[in-house]
Amino acid sequence: MLVDKIMSALIIVAVAIAVIALVAILADTVIQGLPVINVDFLKNIPGPVTVPDRGIGPDIVGTFTMVGLATLMSVPIGVGAGVFFSEWPESRLSFISSFTNDVLAEFPSMVIGIFVWVTLVISMKTFSGLAGAVALGIIMIPIIARTTEESLKIVPRTLREASIALGVSRWKTVVRIVMSTGKAGLATGILLAIARAAGETAPLLVTALGNSFFAKSIFEPTAAIPLFVFDYAISPYAIWHSYAWGAALVLIAIMLALNLVVRLVIKRNVTTRAEI
Amino acid sequence: MRRRLGGDSFLRVTLAAAAVAILILMLALAGVLISKSTLSISKFGISFLWGSIWNANTEIFGALPFIFGTMYTSALALLFGLPISLGVAIFITEKAHNFPRIGNLIGTLVELLAAVPSVIYGLWALFVLSPFVKNYIEIPLHNSLGFIPLFAGTPFGLDFLNAGLILAIMIIPTVSAITRDILNAVPNSQREAMYAIGATHWEVIWKSVLPYARSGIFGATILGLGRAVGETMAVTMVVGNQIKISPSLFSGGYTLASLLANQVFEASGKLFISSIIEICLVLFLLAFVINVIARFLIWRMTKGVHFRG
Amino acid sequence: MEILEGIEIQSERVRNKLAENTKFQESTTELEINGLKAGFGRTQVLKGISLQIKQNSITAIMGPSGCGKTTFIRCINRLHELTPGATVEGEVKLDGVNIYSREVDPVAVRRKVGMVFQKPNPFPTMSVYDNVVAGLKLNGVRDKKRLDGVVEKSLKMAFLWDEVKDELKKSGSALSGGQQQRLCIARTLAVEPEIILMDEPCSALDPTATAKIEEAMVSLKKDYTIVIVTHNMQQAARVADYTAFFYLGEMVEYGPTQQVFEKPKNELTERYITGKFG
Repeated sequence: MLVDKIMSALIIVAVAIAVIALVAILADTVIQGLPVINVDFLKNIPGPVTVPDRGIGPDIVGTFTMVGLATLMSVPIGVGAGVFFSEWPESRLSFISSFTNDVLAEFPSMVIGIFVWVTLVISMKTFSGLAGAVALGIIMIPIIARTTEESLKIVPRTLREASIALGVSRWKTVVRIVMSTGKAGLATGILLAIARAAGETAPLLVTALGNSFFAKSIFEPTAAIPLFVFDYAISPYAIWHSYAWGAALVLIAIMLALNLVVRLVIKRNVTTRAEI
Repeated sequence: MRRRLGGDSFLRVTLAAAAVAILILMLALAGVLISKSTLSISKFGISFLWGSIWNANTEIFGALPFIFGTMYTSALALLFGLPISLGVAIFITEKAHNFPRIGNLIGTLVELLAAVPSVIYGLWALFVLSPFVKNYIEIPLHNSLGFIPLFAGTPFGLDFLNAGLILAIMIIPTVSAITRDILNAVPNSQREAMYAIGATHWEVIWKSVLPYARSGIFGATILGLGRAVGETMAVTMVVGNQIKISPSLFSGGYTLASLLANQVFEASGKLFISSIIEICLVLFLLAFVINVIARFLIWRMTKGVHFRG
Repeated sequence: MEILEGIEIQSERVRNKLAENTKFQESTTELEINGLKAGFGRTQVLKGISLQIKQNSITAIMGPSGCGKTTFIRCINRLHELTPGATVEGEVKLDGVNIYSREVDPVAVRRKVGMVFQKPNPFPTMSVYDNVVAGLKLNGVRDKKRLDGVVEKSLKMAFLWDEVKDELKKSGSALSGGQQQRLCIARTLAVEPEIILMDEPCSALDPTATAKIEEAMVSLKKDYTIVIVTHNMQQAARVADYTAFFYLGEMVEYGPTQQVFEKPKNELTERYITGKFG
């Protein structure tokens, strides 16, 4: 059939486009970014375009700081809510909150940024790393809650019953048996959320703002790698464009590293035996 | 065997608090956006939505150019992105059905697309895609067909078309992943019935699988639309950032999200700030409504079978 | 003379019969169930069960699917009430105390009443050793010597010690099905319950594995009271001292296994035994 053959060809074309796009983006980032990367690039501060050997030191530190802080804030809420959705699904609070969580997960990150801008930046009268961390944390919560819920729901009901039947209290069953059995999924979810937060730019534009220097506290504007990419990409200088590519490569490398950790965490758990 | 409370209640209350925190967050978000826009809402009323002037100096603000830009770029994103996503999904579930390794490989590659940060999409679109499109597609089209409004205006590469194209690539992972789940949810009996009457593979797909999955695919599309509407960075970097309403693909433009990205720093004066927040509110509502509709459609098709968001 | 002899023989028969009945009533009751009703939402699964389980015996609960036998035993260790919408009424007395009374802690009940499930369910992230002592460790017992002792004793009582004694650190789920089930039995024994409930423990196992578990059950009888739900009449005949027959949420017959099988008093029992349904 001719129609069959044409459609099959079109389908292959579609797949090819998607794959080529991915390959092109990654390849271009490596090709354009690699020449710029060296130790100086990773630790120096950015500076005037006339000064050579500038770097993204403050941005790397800023990203790690804000993402770290965001993780500390979002993990308790995200995991807590996720466990609640999984273990008490019959509760009405569970249903409403879980639905709200799903909606929150789809929000444009810019909206979240503006929310934090209005509440923290304007009231504190300054852009700050803290505001940036809060915005990232809000973005991370729904991801963590959802993956936690899914990971725990997979744990078979009979394991909970076995524990209860031994005279183990419900809270210990949830914490020591259910969460322990589902811990690979839990960890994966948190790492995915971290990867997402590390790559976010829009909310940071209006909360952390960015900084050419190492911020001395979280109450100051703070640099971040994706912010650097944006600022330097839209600048008029070619040398700064190449810095943008370099920063983009560093960002991709961080994503890759997080991905590898995910794979190692999952692999490890298959052979590991938990201690109670 | 005396009764003891304590541990169980404590855990439940603590976890419930986390669940409540999420609700509070959502309410706070909505509440803040609404309350901070009241100034602008009371000043401009509903005509804010079709006001086409956005001028900080004269303090006249209207959302139309940005709503137009968001809709135009998102429509382009769906126009280009949907066929590709559908093709990928059909490839994985139907064509590569018997070669799971190829299917998984393609699936993983497409998922990797989702992991690329949006600012890197923007970077690539700005320095690689846009010049290419400008030189090999836009300029030829303008030279030959420039009299059509769609291709009017000298192309500079930072325009609706490029924004639409990069958005199209960005929604592929979402739309194709959900479409995959939906196509997999189509019962095999549907396919078998068609094969039994001698249909070719494509006929089975076109006449049996796709129609059955119709509302789910529509839902996946709407979800992709939701993503496109909210996307900020990549769009901001290639859309041109001009406050203009024009049908031309080669015209620079502005979207709701990119307005927020660009103008928050310049915002001074209560009315300006309030208008910015009202824009954010419009974006919030738009994304909210689109997502709720999308989820409803998908749920209806898979009847609660959990899908990857 | 013959008449006197006749009377004497009759008296003897009467006396023997009396003695038998007294033995039945004198062997100590461990578990007394009175008017137990249970269900889910508006569905009533158990419609009023009254029964006395004898100490140090094996009692089989039998009946066609849906007759309430699993719900019944899940009421004895207060597992039934954990399902949302579950309802329970009535009394279950363990050593004279109603386990459903307000002052009683369900968690404590479950330490006295253990349960082995239909499909073996060892904790997958734990070793054999840790599985056995899970009930103890999770409740704060840390003393290694005591735990070591419990592991050996429980695995021996479950007839599993010889097979795993050199591999205690192996993952619980790396054992065969039959071994896993014996591991679950050992895990239950480690908590030192008085009663062991078993919900069709051999239905997922092959005949060899089943035989080993039945061997364990018979040996456990001297220290524990066992209630087993089973579909398998031969199994009941092999191991159970007493059998109760349930039908549509009611207990239709109860007595020594031999009597229930050979001379059932109820027509329904007879039909089940002769295979007319079930």
